[in-house]
Parts: sequence; structure tokens; C-alpha cells
Amino acid sequence: MDTSFVIATFIASAIAYSVSLLLGTLGELLTERAGHVNLGVEGMMLMGGACGYVTAVKTDNLLLALFAAAAGAALGALLYAILTVTLRANQNVSGLALTTFGAGLANTLGSTVAKSNTPDHITAFFSFHPFSLGDVQNPILRFLNVSLLSHDVFVYASILLAVFLSWFLFKTKEGLSLRMVGENPAAADASGVNVTRIKYMYILIGGMLCGLGGLYIPLVLQRTWHADITAGKGWIVVALVIFVRWHPIKAIGGAFVFGALSIVGMTIQQFTQISSLVIFNQYIMVMYPYVLTIIVLVITYARKKAWRGPSSVGNSYFREER
Amino acid sequence: MKKVLALVLTTVMLAGSMILAGGCSGTDTKATTEGTTTGGAETTAAGGAETTAASGDVLKVGILYISPKDDGGYSQAHAEGMAEAVAALGDKIQVFELENIDDTDAQATSAAIDNLVNEGCTLIFTTSYGYMEPTAAAAEKYPDVKFCHCSGYTRNDTNLDTYFGQIESARYLAGIVAGLTTKTNKLGYVAAFPIPECIRGINAYTLGAKSVNPDVTVSVVWTNTWFDMDAEKAAAESLLATGVDVMAQHQDSPAAITAAESAGAYAIGYDLTYAGAPKAYLTAPLWNWGTYYTYKIQQVLDGQWKVENYWGGMKEGVVKLDTLSSLVPDAAKTAVEAVQKDVTEQGNAYVFKGPIKDQTGAVKVKEGESLSYDDQMSMMWFVDGVIGEIPTT
Repeated sequence: MDTSFVIATFIASAIAYSVSLLLGTLGELLTERAGHVNLGVEGMMLMGGACGYVTAVKTDNLLLALFAAAAGAALGALLYAILTVTLRANQNVSGLALTTFGAGLANTLGSTVAKSNTPDHITAFFSFHPFSLGDVQNPILRFLNVSLLSHDVFVYASILLAVFLSWFLFKTKEGLSLRMVGENPAAADASGVNVTRIKYMYILIGGMLCGLGGLYIPLVLQRTWHADITAGKGWIVVALVIFVRWHPIKAIGGAFVFGALSIVGMTIQQFTQISSLVIFNQYIMVMYPYVLTIIVLVITYARKKAWRGPSSVGNSYFREER
Repeated sequence: MKKVLALVLTTVMLAGSMILAGGCSGTDTKATTEGTTTGGAETTAAGGAETTAASGDVLKVGILYISPKDDGGYSQAHAEGMAEAVAALGDKIQVFELENIDDTDAQATSAAIDNLVNEGCTLIFTTSYGYMEPTAAAAEKYPDVKFCHCSGYTRNDTNLDTYFGQIESARYLAGIVAGLTTKTNKLGYVAAFPIPECIRGINAYTLGAKSVNPDVTVSVVWTNTWFDMDAEKAAAESLLATGVDVMAQHQDSPAAITAAESAGAYAIGYDLTYAGAPKAYLTAPLWNWGTYYTYKIQQVLDGQWKVENYWGGMKEGVVKLDTLSSLVPDAAKTAVEAVQKDVTEQGNAYVFKGPIKDQTGAVKVKEGESLSYDDQMSMMWFVDGVIGEIPTT
């Protein structure tokens, strides 16, 4: 067995797997930066996935599919925003309702294309790897080629997006306003920031990113639709946002770690010397992402001066109550 | 005022999802009914409106599916079988189908069975292993109703029996196809759970492959899932990375086939024909339940009900190998044809005919003997040629 090739392939699989986690995390992170925890990620990913996939199959047009995925998920996010921003309903309940609603809608819509596959030329587009070195012999180059360089445009674009969002959050005025709304909407309001606009805008953009992440699963990874195809990734995202401490750059690494842990149980079985150890038990391994999140939480809260996330997350903003 | 609005919006969302779910099964009902109008039989989906036609003395038959009956896999195979029975028996029966009944939820299963009995069903098929105990309990509760449970082992003397099929015969033939298609002599198998049913399948596949290509090995990765596309895709990718060039699987999702196609390898499916990977799909061991359902329902119609342990094979037509795709080399086609008759006639007795060695080289089945039914049902060891371990926990 060619160990380095097996490991390189595993890294490549984990990266492909983590794209939807990364996009979802970036989306939820923006939402939470605006002071709203949206537990509807799973529902929005499914809605985006179904709307986008149905569009892809019916129209054979990738751009339309991406648009439909973003629009479908944004519709869910809009419902959530109306409930929690304008009507100031409880964020947790609204998010959970969105998950149930989104899953039902998505599975109904998706069942119309249940037996379909991704159109060939969309698959061909995603088979194009811009940075691939081709067939290289040098073992180190080959490892890099297989693990990091043989991915589609969407993968690199989502990593670039994380970098961009980091710049946006910490270096631009709009980013400052967004963070301010999440920390202290009253202060933001007093300094002339339109709190409602910011909240609506980033809840919607957050939803769109979740939708695009949801689309990647049926369109590229599985190339077919099945009910509940996101299989709980929306919930992993909710934990991931805390794990990466609301930071877009860290989301790249965080999504990879969570993605890798989710599927490493299969690759471990190729290494029979260690695969029987209890720590590699498959049922225990699926728990690791959440254990990591708890550890991060414990460390964060143990340090007195550590930043604990946007302070007004979960609270509705009442302008009159100052 | 805003609180009221919020409440209204949330209610609308929740109600919306329920209506959608209801609407979904409603469409199914319609589709099935249209498909079977000539026979006059009608089907009802879970939660769907009941559309009984009061037509004299028909046998009401109920059936439980673990997933939607258009799942493209296990349940669809059963549903197509039931549709075949309806087509064959026409207006003598009326079928009530309940989909998406979680087989790990005993209460839901019992409630579903109660519903079928209340509809007047006197013959009920429960199609998943996990339905075993609720089915046994129902058999005791309703002595006048006859129950048939798929893949289990609990029977009684009067109204509860079991059915399953010798799918391993078809897997053996699939192994022959794989053994003569591979270039690397490394086959991969994405295995579901370390239970006898799956182990039998892996062994039959390996024996088939080795019967035509002694150098071949079959590497196994367990996913502990019946349907988890992420796990099954990852398992296939890890196997493909080790040089495997033909994948096989036990799960109901096409993820392993898709992964094989992406890697430029071949794949053997399961349950139903898969058209989504024309560059990889070789063939698949298939279920054809129509034969069984028609037989069993006819038995009851004739007043000849008997408790049995139905274990049909290729001879009865309950299992078969899918038509070989154009990717299969001629040598493999010839090799399959050469043993087709014997496998069809003898079924699993041919597949597990000695001498068979286990992974350590010890002889488990002697020359001239064949593994008994009980030993097949409790098979917890791999044959020689399998690379992988059976987890003990």
C-alpha cells in the first residue's frame, strides 16, 4: 500500500467534504456577528441545495443553479429575519422552526429530481482543477498535488472568500458597523448605524452562503439528490462558529479539522495496526468535533479577559429600551 | 401585536411543512393508484386520505417500508415487488402501504401495524429487520392476522413467519465479474455492519472473484451505516487510494459507485440498477420481490397459508444479477454464463461449497460439503482472500 498516496487522498477528501462546512460557517458567522444566532442553518443548507440542484437539473445552467441556491436559502433567512429582527421573536425557536420548515420544503422540492444526476457539463466544470500539476513523479510534489492542488474552482473560491471576509470584518467601516451591531446595537444605533439594515443584510447574506454550501453536496460531492442530503452538517456548523471563535480565517482550518474528523474513520481502517484502538472506534470518532468545541468553550470561559463572542447574540434590540 | 404576528408566522411555517409532507405522500398515492387502476386495487400512503372502494371480498394486504418507497434502493425494491403482485393478482387484493416507518422506533412500528389492522388488513408484511419484535408482539395481539417479517428469525406456529433471499448467489456472480474486470487484482468492498448478513455477502463475492482469479483480494472498510452518503463515499475513496479498481457495496446509497466513477474505477451496485454512473457501473445483485409477494399472497388467497422460513434464490427468481453493462469484458460474461445454471439450481449451496478456508488458512468447509443454513446465518468469519477485520464490538 502506498501510504503517502492514501494520506494525500484522505486530505483531498476531507477538503472536498469541508467546503460546505466552510461556507455554512462563514454564513452563520456573519449572522452571529450581527447579533443573531440562526439555528436554521441545516434548513437553509437543504433549501439552497434543493433549489439549486433542481435548477441545475432542469436548466443545465451552473450560474442559474448557484443563484437559485442563494435565493432559496435567502428566502428562509428572510423569514427568520422578519421573525427575529422586526418581530423580535425568540431566535432559537425561530431558527429551529426554520430547520423543520426548510427540510420539509427542500425534501418535497428535491423529490422531483430524486432519480436525476448532475448534468455532465456541470460535472465536467467541477472536474477541472486549475492548479493541478498533472502526472508528477516527485513524491513530495505528488503528495501536494493530490492533497491540495487537485480541487475545483469552487474550493479555492470559498477559501478566498474566507480571506476576503476577514479583511472585510476587521479592516472596513462596514465590517466595523457589523461587529458593533453584534456587540452593542444601542451604541451602533447612537453612532448613526442603521441597525435594522445591518441585521437584515447579514442574516440574508449568511443564508445565501449556507445555501451555496448546501448546493455543493448534491451538485459536486454526490452528484444526485436524496432527502436530508446535508446529513446534519448544519448542526456541525453551529458548533464550528464557536470553535473558530467567529473568525473567518480560522474557519478555514476549523472546517477542515471537522471535515477530516467526520470521515477519518474510513481511512484509519487501511492502517490495521492502529485501527482497532478504542480511540479510533467509529462511534467515538464522530464525537470528536463536539468534544473539541467543548474544549474551546472551556478554555475561552476559563480565561477571564477572553472575548466570548458578540455580546448581544441572542438578544432582540429594542430601540426604546435604553 | 408583534408577538401575535410572530406567532402567526411561526405557525404558518410549521403548518407549511406539515402540509408539504402530507402533500408529498398524497402525490404518491395518486401515482400508485393510477398505475394499478386496471387491477382495481388501491394503495394508501402514510397519512394519506383513505380511498377504499367497497368491492366485495378482497384480501386486504398491508406492508411497512423503512424509507420512502421511491428511495431508489431497498424499499423501492420491495414496493416494485408489491406492485408486481398487484398487477398479477388484480382485484383480488387491496394493498395498504405505509412508508418511512422508523424500524428503531418500536412504538411507531406498533402504531403503524395497528393502523393496518384497523384498515382491515389480514396479511401484513414488515420489510425491515428492526420490525421483528413489534411484529412478533402484533402477531400475538392479533391472532387472526397473518404476519410475514423480512430478514428476521422469529416465527410462531400459527401466524408469524419470515422471508428473505439468497442474495449471496447473485453476489457470487458479481464477484466473478469483478475478478475478471480488475487489472490491479485489488477489489474493494464498502461494508455496512459487521453482522452475518453482510459478512456472507462479502464472502460470497470473494469466493466468486477467486473462483476465476486466484490472485485477487477483497479489501473491506466498515461504515456502520445503511445509508450515509458521506461515510460511504469516504470509505470508497480510501479504498480506491490503495489501488482498488472495482468497488462493491452493501449500503443502499450510490455514493460508492459515484466515487468509483470519479476515480476512473468500476463499481458493482446493490438493490436496483443504477444509471447514474455509466462509466463505472458493471452490474449489481438485485432483489426481485414480486415473485415472493405474488406467491405468498396467492397462498393466503387459496386458503393454504403456512408458516415457513422462505429463503428463495435465483431459481425462484427472488434474486438475480443485473444485466451486465457494456463495460464488462467478454471473458467475464462467458465465465458468468458458465456457472449461471449451477448457481441458479443450487443457490447458496453452490456458493458455499467446500473446500473453503478462512483468513488464517484453516479449512472451515471440507471438500464435498457445503455450509449449512444455520452456519450461513451465523457466519462471523471471513474467507481467505478478504483483507480486513470483523470488529468485535
